[in-house]
Amino acid sequence: MTRTVRPCGDTGLLVEVDSLADVLALHAALAAAPPDGVLDLVPAARTVLLRVRSPADLAAVADDVRTRETARATEREAQGEVTEIGVTYDGEDLDDVAAHTGLSREEVVAAHTGQLWTVAFAGFTPGFGYLAGEHARLAVPRRPSSRTRVPAGAVGLAGEFSGVYPRSSPGGWQLIGRTDHVLWDLDHDPPAVLVPGARIRFRAR
Amino acid sequence: MTRLGATSSLTVTATGPLTTIQDVTGRPGRARLGVGVSGAADRAALRRANRLVGNDESAAGLEATFGGLAFRVTTTTSVAVTGAPAPVWVGERPGDVDRAVVVPAGAQLRLGQPPSGLRSYVAVRGGIAVREVLGSRATDTVAGIGPPPVAVGHELPVGPTPPWPVPAVDVAPEVADAAVLRVVLGPRDDWFGAAAVAEFLGSGWTVTEDADRVGIRLDGAELTRAAGREDAELPSEGVIRGSVQVPPSGRPTVFLADHPVTGGYPVIAVVLDADTDRAGQLRPGATLRFRRAGPPSSRRARSGR
Repeated sequence: MTRTVRPCGDTGLLVEVDSLADVLALHAALAAAPPDGVLDLVPAARTVLLRVRSPADLAAVADDVRTRETARATEREAQGEVTEIGVTYDGEDLDDVAAHTGLSREEVVAAHTGQLWTVAFAGFTPGFGYLAGEHARLAVPRRPSSRTRVPAGAVGLAGEFSGVYPRSSPGGWQLIGRTDHVLWDLDHDPPAVLVPGARIRFRAR
Repeated sequence: MTRLGATSSLTVTATGPLTTIQDVTGRPGRARLGVGVSGAADRAALRRANRLVGNDESAAGLEATFGGLAFRVTTTTSVAVTGAPAPVWVGERPGDVDRAVVVPAGAQLRLGQPPSGLRSYVAVRGGIAVREVLGSRATDTVAGIGPPPVAVGHELPVGPTPPWPVPAVDVAPEVADAAVLRVVLGPRDDWFGAAAVAEFLGSGWTVTEDADRVGIRLDGAELTRAAGREDAELPSEGVIRGSVQVPPSGRPTVFLADHPVTGGYPVIAVVLDADTDRAGQLRPGATLRFRRAGPPSSRRARSGR
């Protein structure tokens, strides 16, 4: 994998890679054994940001990142548990998703429950995870206009990602169902269930 | 609010435009969950306020935006105001900034409007002892994490008196309305033409009214994208405090304490961490310039570490 290490002030580095799969691999390797001095590790679609405690930590962290070995996805999947999330598949956009994908409603549910999802990165609101699946059969555009309020627990699709709204918020994802699994709890640390690297399987109920 | 072993408290009687509870460390380590660091916009000022009343530097204090904060104390205590030099009154008597002031039981401490700077910090001996959320008492105004913004009538618990005395003096820097912020170019300076980068570093910028704990939007030159990048979209990526993000308008925003964890516009440069404290004191209308930072070995003296 190609890694481009870009400067980010005197307390950060932005590592750019070629694909989301490379982000997952690099983030997993760094999260398992963070370089000394790293305070925050922020995966995104093509990058991993590292924020360090002090400017003095930067050079060693950059060296580590350039040479860090990563495990193959199959090896990573052999480790760690899978969180199961029960979903009632009655979302308002289920018919639109079926139309976009050329699947029936039942086939959409089967495609959603039938693959293992990995939280790739967080975005747009605290605790919202972008879940990457094993195939792109459920890839759909965002809704043409956002809803002003999507309830907590709504399960959606956008692009090649799935996601669950941890708290009620505006949102433009195509909604296929809902869960009462608690995904955001400030009395727990970490407060989110959908942390990058976590693996999720959805179950119809 | 809950009292956790509090020995005394203060009752808020005025807040000014916005007063929040902040500490200097915020919530590091949770950006991957979408939870930003938050914490004081001018950490150096809050640290100094804490030192002046003999607190641990990590104690929580009050961040008053453009003055206007007032509160009464239940027991006689020491208070220090730092950062933007707001006029201070204890009852009807004028007090000083940048030194410990004794506020007698039942008396009111009041801040006027600062003639320069934007954010004043008030440390109370013992620290503000509201409940921690994810290891910090800081209010993240965007994520809605931590205590709510301070409101009239709030009774804020004060922690136990620290075992060491109130020190005699501490050195305070001047708060200026014109600033030079040192930057490291990148991570996305290559999205801009050489002329735009030269303009970014060479021209003066003015802080607009659009300035809060998330960031300050600047007015000045229009920074145009490099040829071939005009309509390109950047996949969202992690940003840090001090990142200077340039949206399609070409007018940059400098991110402060409550910045979003990721951003979708290219970051042309990032302000050195120590200089982001001064960025937090820039009020609308203030002017600033960016200057390219020298190599790491030459930076220490000015960053004051």
